[in-house]
Order: sequence, then C-alpha cells, then structure tokens
Amino acid sequence: MNATPWIAVLAGLVLTPVLLDSTWALTLLSQIGIATIACLSFNLLLGQGGMLSFGHATYTGLGAYGAIHTLNAARAAGVDFPVSLVPLAGGVAGLAAATVLGFLSSRRGGTALAMVTLGLAELVFSVALMGFAFFGGESGIAGNREMGSAPWGVTFASPVQMYYLIAAYAVACAGALYALTTTPWGKMLNAVRDNAMRVEFLGANPQSIRYRAFLFSAFFAGISGGLAALLFERVTPDALVLERSASLVLFTYLGGIQSFIGPIVGAVLMVLANAGLSSLTPAWLLYVGLAFVLVVMYAPRGLTGLMQTASAQPRAFYVRHGGVLLLLLASWVVAMAGVAALVEMAYQWQLEASLGPRVAFGVFQLQINRWQDWAAACAIALSAGWFFLRLRRTLAERLGAGA
Amino acid sequence: MSTTLELKNVHKRFGATEVLRGIDLSISAGERVALIGPNGAGKTTLFNLVSGRFAPSAGEVWLKNQRIDGKKPDAIARLGLARSFQATQVFSGLSVFENVRCSVLVGLGYSGQWLASASRLKEVTARTQALLEQTHLVEQRDTLAQALSYADQRALELGITLGSGADVILLDEPTAGMSQTETLFFLDRIKSESQGKTLLMVEHDMGVVFGLADKIAVLVEGKLLAFDTPQAIRANAAVQDAYLGDFSVSVPVSA
Repeated sequence: MNATPWIAVLAGLVLTPVLLDSTWALTLLSQIGIATIACLSFNLLLGQGGMLSFGHATYTGLGAYGAIHTLNAARAAGVDFPVSLVPLAGGVAGLAAATVLGFLSSRRGGTALAMVTLGLAELVFSVALMGFAFFGGESGIAGNREMGSAPWGVTFASPVQMYYLIAAYAVACAGALYALTTTPWGKMLNAVRDNAMRVEFLGANPQSIRYRAFLFSAFFAGISGGLAALLFERVTPDALVLERSASLVLFTYLGGIQSFIGPIVGAVLMVLANAGLSSLTPAWLLYVGLAFVLVVMYAPRGLTGLMQTASAQPRAFYVRHGGVLLLLLASWVVAMAGVAALVEMAYQWQLEASLGPRVAFGVFQLQINRWQDWAAACAIALSAGWFFLRLRRTLAERLGAGA
Repeated sequence: MSTTLELKNVHKRFGATEVLRGIDLSISAGERVALIGPNGAGKTTLFNLVSGRFAPSAGEVWLKNQRIDGKKPDAIARLGLARSFQATQVFSGLSVFENVRCSVLVGLGYSGQWLASASRLKEVTARTQALLEQTHLVEQRDTLAQALSYADQRALELGITLGSGADVILLDEPTAGMSQTETLFFLDRIKSESQGKTLLMVEHDMGVVFGLADKIAVLVEGKLLAFDTPQAIRANAAVQDAYLGDFSVSVPVSA
C-alpha cells in the first residue's frame, strides 16, 4: 500500500488546529472523528460480514454510558484514572453488551439477524427509559472530563486537546479495524458474508465467526460512544434510539460499504448533514432519505464506488464523452434544484402561519402564494429531468456501440 | 482395508415421502466409489446425510469409527470430510486465490486467528498456490469468483473442496454441464487429486464413472440396488433393467 496519502492525512490531522482557530470547526472535526469510528465499526458487520444490524447505536450508546459512569465513579472514589483511557472503558462496556446481545444477534444471518438486532435495540432503549439510576431519565447522566492529575498539563478542558484525543483514537481504531480485515478471521468473515453454508461445510462455524465480528464491532462502537461522552459531557437515553442506528446504516451505505474508506466518507457526510444541512433547511431529513434511496437504486457501491468508477475510466473516455458527461451532471443538478425548490416551498406552505410566504432559496426569493413560482419550479424539475434521462440514454447507446 | 465411511440401515423421510429406504453401504479407505442412479433416486440426499446437512430419520452413519449422524456439517468436516456441491457454491465476492485460501485456512485451523495478517502465513499461501496449480486456476488467481467461466467455477469448486485437506471427499456431479473435452480434462484432475483419498462421487457421465471408480453403487428409488466393481455392475441384469439400458455395449459420454 502506498504510504504517501496516509502520511498526508496524518499531517493534516495534526496541523488542522494550528491552521484553523475556530472552536466550532474543531467540534465539528471531533464529531467526524467519533462518527468515523462508529461507521467503520458498523461496516465490519455490514460490509465485511454482510450483517445488516439495525441496532448499532445500542453499542455506541452503552459505550457512552460506560464511559460517563467510569468518569463519575473515578471522581467519586478519588481514583486518579487517566481521562484519556475513559473511551476504552466505553469500549469494554460495548464489548460486555455484545457478549450477550451479539450472541443472540449472530445465531442466524440475513433477515433474521436484522430482525433480532432491531428487537434488541428497542428492548435496550425501553430499559434505558425505565432504569433511571443508570440511564438518568430524560436529562441523562452528566460528567466532567476535567479530572485527576494533569499529565504534562493536559486536562482535555480545551476543544483542541479533545480534538487531538479523538483524532488519535480515530487513527488507532481505523488502523486496528483495517488490520482485522486482513487476518484469517477477517477473510473468513468475508467468506461467511458471501456463502455461510459453504463455510460450514469447510469445517468452520459461521455463527462463531459472526459472533466475533459483533464483539469487535461493539468494542470499537463503544470507544466511539465513550469519546462522544467525553466530548459532550452528558449522555442521555437518546444515545440509544433507533434513529441513531438507522442513521449509521444510512450514512455508512451512502459512503460505500464495499471499500474501507467508504464509511469514513459516510461519517463526514453524517456530521455535515446533522450540523450543516439541518440548520439550512427543515427538510434536511427528506434530502438525506432521497439521497439514500438514489444511492441504493443507482449506485449500490456508494459515493466511494462512484468515485472509484469515475477514476477507473481512461483519459480517452473523458476526452470523448466529456461534453455529454458535463451536460448530464448539469441537468441532474438543475433537476435536483427544481425538486428542492418544490420541497422548500411545500415545507414553507405547511409552516406559513408562523413564517410568512417567503422562502429564501439560494439567490432567489420564492413566494409560495405566487403560482408562477410553483409552475417555474415544476417546469425546471421536469424539463431538466427529461433532459437528464435523454442524455443518459444517448450515453448508454454510445457506450453500447463501443464508441 | 479398514472401513472409512459406513451407512447402516439409513432412512430419510421428508414428510410422507421416503427418499432413502434402508441404505447399507461400506466404503474402505482409499476406495473411489461412484454413486449412480436415475434422477430422484436419492443420491444428493445421501450426500446431505453424510455431510451433515440433514440428520437421517433412522439408521447410523459412521466416519472413521465415529458416529456422525446428527452432527453439524462443520463438526463432520473437521473429522476430515469435504464435499462439493452440484450447484456451484463459491465465495462470489472474493478472488479465486482468496476462495481457495479460505478452505486452506479452515483446514489448517487458522479460521479464528485474528492477530496477524493472513498473507503472512507462508504455509497457507504455499498450499493455496499449489492447489491453484493443481486445478489449473493460476491465471485466474486474482479474478473474482463471480466473473469466472462455468468450467472454471467448477474447477474452483473442486479446489475449495480439496483445500481443507480432508481425506474423505464427496463430489456431487463435478462434471455436470461441462463439454466433453472439459470433462475428460477434469476427470484427469480428479484422478490425480484423489490419489490416496477416499472418494464418493455422484456422477451421470458414464465415461467418468467407469473411467474412475473402483466400485459403483447403484441407487434406485431410495434403495441400494447393487454395490460392486464396474465389471460386475456392467454384467448385473437388475442394474441393466433399472438404469443402464443398453449401456454394456459401449461407454458413451452422456449428460
């Protein structure tokens, strides 16, 4: 493997806080680091093992609780427990949960596995709502990461120090998860994904291979949750809701489950969508859902797969078809903009009483009480969409003819 | 010779249908046995009982002096039995090399190892490479299994079956769907690779059956009609009636 891009990534991670003096940006990057570990650990199940778990937030969430309780217990007991190791306590909590829950989930593959994980996730969440002492009810459990002695003056009080801690964990976890995929067990996990029955007749037990995947996955998910607990200094039962699990499925898939970096791309998108898109538009979940559906239908290898396909084409391909490709992309963007304009107006229509008829849409000011605006958005979406489909057919014909 | 695989009065019922009706069969170590019979005779069911996919409804199955009926497939495989499948069962998303390596990893007991990279295991790599050479898949080493031609997929199926190093091999129609040239070539491979191993093979191609088997078992309607040397089977009137027809005259390669 070529080391240069990885050295560049490491250098980038180290230098970012020096170049970027913004608490907001650092928190965003910290969240990306946390999400990266979560998505990568999830993809050990989905991408490597073919296990569609709908309950991964159970492990990130229980990891977060494990970490916050470790933090508080150490403070209460006056033990000088290094704060930098608290995320590992989260990992152990995730692992402990998986010894039981993962065992139950990994008995069967396929649809049964998806159902079991869904059921267990709901079960754990309902327990969390009832168990006030451990889960803290609606307000959750608070903690304070400034604790104990400060080795070399590091207290993790500042966002910069927190960022470095998370970055270090993210790099270490990504490295460990990658290494796992290259081991004999990792290869057998791929084999179980492709054909569990065949593995069984070779003389290995697919259940124990899947179970081990759950243990590893939950350990790293727990670390991710532990880091989140340290970053936000509060854990609520919200950490265990199904929406979290669904979001991990969605964005990991968006990024691409068939390559190792796909989930990292997914993690970046997840944080940007949560932090950026959600403040831009109330309809952000609709866009996320739309993107997910489009990717599942037309780009099952995710955004990473799209990029890989694009970069695998020879130069001659772009020289010959560059014009059509550009038009294709442009018409797609315009069609989507038309759809987005309609969605934004529809949302505003629902909320008009409180927000008035005007919708800011890029440089335009749309008015929902003007029929021309609706008609224009419809016309743009339909005509650009039609143009897109035509161009697609033209390109397919050209490629089919071997040109 | 010692008995390696033995079936004692084995029955298998699926609901009201009795597929196997009291099979007694004893195969010695190092013997090559062809299992023949018309469609629906219960050949694949017999394979499934021996390899642990189903448990028999009644009777016993013994492998190397251990009773194996009712054991799970992976437990039976660890006793040194490997089987291939009539419908190719490979790991479609993995390369040819990785496919065979999985089998080698399991055979050598590495399947749960997670502390070092698989490519560091020299013994595994060497054995995988040797198997690729034996099955003539060296050129396709890095091809994904799903992209292989049909004949190559059958060769890979054989490579995976042999990879675990088992000494009792069950092959379910290894040459099904192959051209005559491919069949002859494949027969050669099976012959050399099963050297010194116990082989039980379901096969419709009579050329393959008579060219390879030390003994032939004829299964008709869930019962063992005959179990004898190829010469004796050819001369057996009951077998003639039930299955072979005018087969004794020539040895055609039929599908």
